[in-house]
Amino acid sequence: MHTKRVIPCLDIKDGRVVKGVQFVNLKDAGEPAQAAQAYDREGADEVVFLDITASADNRSTQLQWVRQVASRLFIPFTVGGGIRTVEDFRLILREGADKIAVNSAAITNPGLISQAADKFGSQCVVVAIDAKKRADGSGWNIYKNGGRVDMGIDAVQWAVQAEKLGAGELLLTSMDCDGTKEGYDLELTKAVTDAVGIPVIASGGAGKPEHFYEALERGGAEAVLAASLFHYKELTIRQVKEYLRQRGISVRL
Amino acid sequence: MIAIIDYDAGNIKSVEKAFLSLGQETVVTREPQALFRADGVVLPGVGAFGDAMEKLHRFGLVPVIRQLAREEKPFLGICLGLQLLFESSQESPGVEGLGILEGQVLRLPEDQGVKIPQIGWNSLHFPNPGRLFCGIPEGAYVYFVHSYYLRAKEERIVTATAEYGTCVHASVEQGNVFACQFHPEKSSETGLAILRNFVGIAAR
Repeated sequence: MHTKRVIPCLDIKDGRVVKGVQFVNLKDAGEPAQAAQAYDREGADEVVFLDITASADNRSTQLQWVRQVASRLFIPFTVGGGIRTVEDFRLILREGADKIAVNSAAITNPGLISQAADKFGSQCVVVAIDAKKRADGSGWNIYKNGGRVDMGIDAVQWAVQAEKLGAGELLLTSMDCDGTKEGYDLELTKAVTDAVGIPVIASGGAGKPEHFYEALERGGAEAVLAASLFHYKELTIRQVKEYLRQRGISVRL
Repeated sequence: MIAIIDYDAGNIKSVEKAFLSLGQETVVTREPQALFRADGVVLPGVGAFGDAMEKLHRFGLVPVIRQLAREEKPFLGICLGLQLLFESSQESPGVEGLGILEGQVLRLPEDQGVKIPQIGWNSLHFPNPGRLFCGIPEGAYVYFVHSYYLRAKEERIVTATAEYGTCVHASVEQGNVFACQFHPEKSSETGLAILRNFVGIAAR
């Protein structure tokens, strides 16, 4: 039986796992490979790494930790943050990453999605979308540069375009719900999953096991992602999966 | 020594690292001598059927792989590496596969309410005993990424299946030729156990 996926997300700065308690105060939480292995043992279906400092200047640091992760983690992993060119894709995939997440670079240059999909296959191109409800409540706009710049583009339309260009998956984060622990944005998730045929990973707002269930069942997501909740062990991946199974959702346990 | 065939396929590194983590000596090569010398040979692969066959031809590997199979060298095809062992694929009409095994490679059904490609974990059913799955319980989960699937001509070579809109032939075994549609190198403990079984077969 095909299963829904539960995905922990790790933030990486200068090659180390960090988690900002209040965002500015970044705590060092260790080696990426070690943290990811711990999630594998807990039953994570894959791991997403977001490199919050990545730029052309520290590409070599990034390649180094990706290489380490690849030699110790035997579940799929995605790398995002600062990836701008097809060459960036090539370098990171060559080190053993399975998928690459692009956000701002894909908005600035949508051709990057199709070029990467043609060269490496759609399965490794994840388009990350940061969406926030418009003031008039008529829908959601996409933002770039870590949620700082409103692009004035409709999130559902962008999702459809990303699929057409060759994205294999969408990582959809609700900026309104992120950090609230009040649940995923089900309306946004449903609007996007209804509009595209590719898998959508719901992100932003998880606080309780029910939230994961709702995103999968009512939001139509194929996978659910959370960062802080797992990082601070408020919930374990196993607890979430056991809950989902109990509610009739097929998961790998 | 396990030899991984180097033909510019995408997942070579992951496959190599998985074998290395088992403490297995591994070489990535396209040198025929090194392939014939190895205890076991692995054909990895992600991407399109036609492109991959073109590369195997370009590197002169098609007759080498057929000879390895004739000599009963323990051989493992992974993902696209499974599909290439068969005669042809709907993905690349007119392109001849390696033809070592008999069966068709078909597009996953569009009308069954499943997303294509299948990306994610699916459970295995074992219709026939397979040496790769020794010690692995029925229902174990492995990781799949694919849009095309195998329908082997003879069901007796099928050692694992998975349901995804249809019955996917997930693994086959004929003589010393083994193949998996899923990615053992990305399937956590279960996947490593499958690779360990292959290493054991190759060492014999």
